[in-house]
Amino acid sequence: MSRSHRRSLAPYAFLAPAMVLFVAFLALPIGYAVYLSLRTVKVRGLGLGKGSREQVWAGLSNYSKALSDPDFAGSVLRVAAYGVIVVPIMLGLALLFALLLDSPRARVRRFSRLAIFLPYAVPAVISSLLWGFLYLPSVSPFHHVADRLGWDLPDVLSSGSVIFAVANIAVWGGVGFNMVVIFTALKAIPTEIYEAAELDGCGQFAIAWRIKIPVVMPSLIMTFVFSIIATLQVFAEPVTLRPLTNTISSTWTPLMKVYRDAFTRDDIYSAAATSVILAVATFVLSFGFLRLVQNRAFSQENR
Amino acid sequence: MTTITPERTEPATQTDVRRASGHSPMATALLLIGAVYCLLPVAWVLIASSKSGAELFSTFTFSPSTHLFGNIADLTAYRGGLFWRWMANTALYAGIGGLLSTAVSAAAGYGLAKYSFVGKQATFNVLLAGVLVPGVVLAIPQYLLLAKLGLTNTYWAVLLPSIISPYGIYLARIYAAAAVPDDLVEAARTDGAGDFLIFRSIATPLMAPGLVTVFLFQFVAIWNNFLLPYIMLGDDHLFPLTVGLSGLLNQGASQPSLYTSVVTGSLLSIIPLLALFLTLQRYWRVDLAAGAVKS
Repeated sequence: MSRSHRRSLAPYAFLAPAMVLFVAFLALPIGYAVYLSLRTVKVRGLGLGKGSREQVWAGLSNYSKALSDPDFAGSVLRVAAYGVIVVPIMLGLALLFALLLDSPRARVRRFSRLAIFLPYAVPAVISSLLWGFLYLPSVSPFHHVADRLGWDLPDVLSSGSVIFAVANIAVWGGVGFNMVVIFTALKAIPTEIYEAAELDGCGQFAIAWRIKIPVVMPSLIMTFVFSIIATLQVFAEPVTLRPLTNTISSTWTPLMKVYRDAFTRDDIYSAAATSVILAVATFVLSFGFLRLVQNRAFSQENR
Repeated sequence: MTTITPERTEPATQTDVRRASGHSPMATALLLIGAVYCLLPVAWVLIASSKSGAELFSTFTFSPSTHLFGNIADLTAYRGGLFWRWMANTALYAGIGGLLSTAVSAAAGYGLAKYSFVGKQATFNVLLAGVLVPGVVLAIPQYLLLAKLGLTNTYWAVLLPSIISPYGIYLARIYAAAAVPDDLVEAARTDGAGDFLIFRSIATPLMAPGLVTVFLFQFVAIWNNFLLPYIMLGDDHLFPLTVGLSGLLNQGASQPSLYTSVVTGSLLSIIPLLALFLTLQRYWRVDLAAGAVKS
């Protein structure tokens, strides 16, 4: 009796630490953020003394305030443009390198795999520091060489191109990881398939296009979803680059705006509302995309 | 530098089609371009940290100098070795946090993979949804909740939220399902072994290679984390490297002499992780979609 009783409780015991931490550090904070986003502070009189500041129900006013804030709209548009630059280039390069690593035609594969994966080990803050110095005209090797040749290089940290400067850091840091994910999926394909395809007269390009890319599609989809989530949360890179240029405002990305509202302006209520909007956008984007590709996959199956 | 792909793909693949076998110089060249691009900042920091403050802005970027040890001494002298304290803090956050996170993930993943119980699918779905929760939503309420407990600006504020990793649990579940045979668990149970003993002495060793991957993931994630410690900590003696160096760069804007320390600090901060990567790189077999296809 006691044994079977214990066995039925065992899985809960194994899951208990994870569930407790999940509730404490994920579920509870999410609930609290939603609660805060619906509250505001009402100030009585001069706002001095005890009881003069009171938290009250705010309805959706924090949301309407956040959505109509031009700073927020600006940061969202900037991050959208940033994502349009980063995600296709990063995943395109990751796929290209993974295919090359998997191709017997390329040499120096081991070295390249390590070298391209290496940036994953460099924290975003440190890579932003390094690239930041490489961007500074007084330090940059590109500017040094260009000066010798008498060329005039534009300043990448100027307002028009700073978005590319930040995007490059994200691409640099992300290509290797995504490459390894796709490469691992490629390794799962039995080599007999390639031999059969080659016997049938398939070239390497056709093999990549017809066999390899469809096989790694699920990995590509997952890396795409994770890249979107990461893009919406871009924070460390622009914050680190800020001291090097005056083209990055304190509300350059949505998360920077959340940080400013919460900790510089002491307005946690609208910061919470902005966070919730971003979270909903993340869910809609990632689930919407998964839904879309799922439908497409099924329609192919039916054919 | 990053936009070269589209034009370069075509010729490479055409070459491949033309030549049915053998070595493709284009494929090798593309890989090397990628490698050079990825190594460029690392090579730069290696060289730049050997320069004095004046040389950093006056000599050619890629010509090395002789001040590396002087720079390390300067950095060490900065506010009584604060940098090394950041280094130790980072090792503590990532090391302890990674270990605890792996243990919690392993137990949860094993429980999900090897038992059927009421609410199993619901539990897994809720945990999986956690993977998609952006750090943004969590940051502020986590800060406020920990502030209520008086834990902000302590080691706990960074350590505790780092332990729960929905993605780690997801991975651990896949590894447990693949590496621990049901028959073995049943046999041990018949022999009278308790659930925890089976987990500890049979399942954990079988899951070990996968758990190394989970640990590495969490270690790197915590080591790289910026937002959480940036929000939680005010006392710079508790900072990890990322927050410390970012603050140092901030000061460098008004005190350019600090720039050499920032550069040297960056170099020293990436060495441990690079070493870890080179030694453990065979564990980096990640297939994010493997479980998604199966379940």
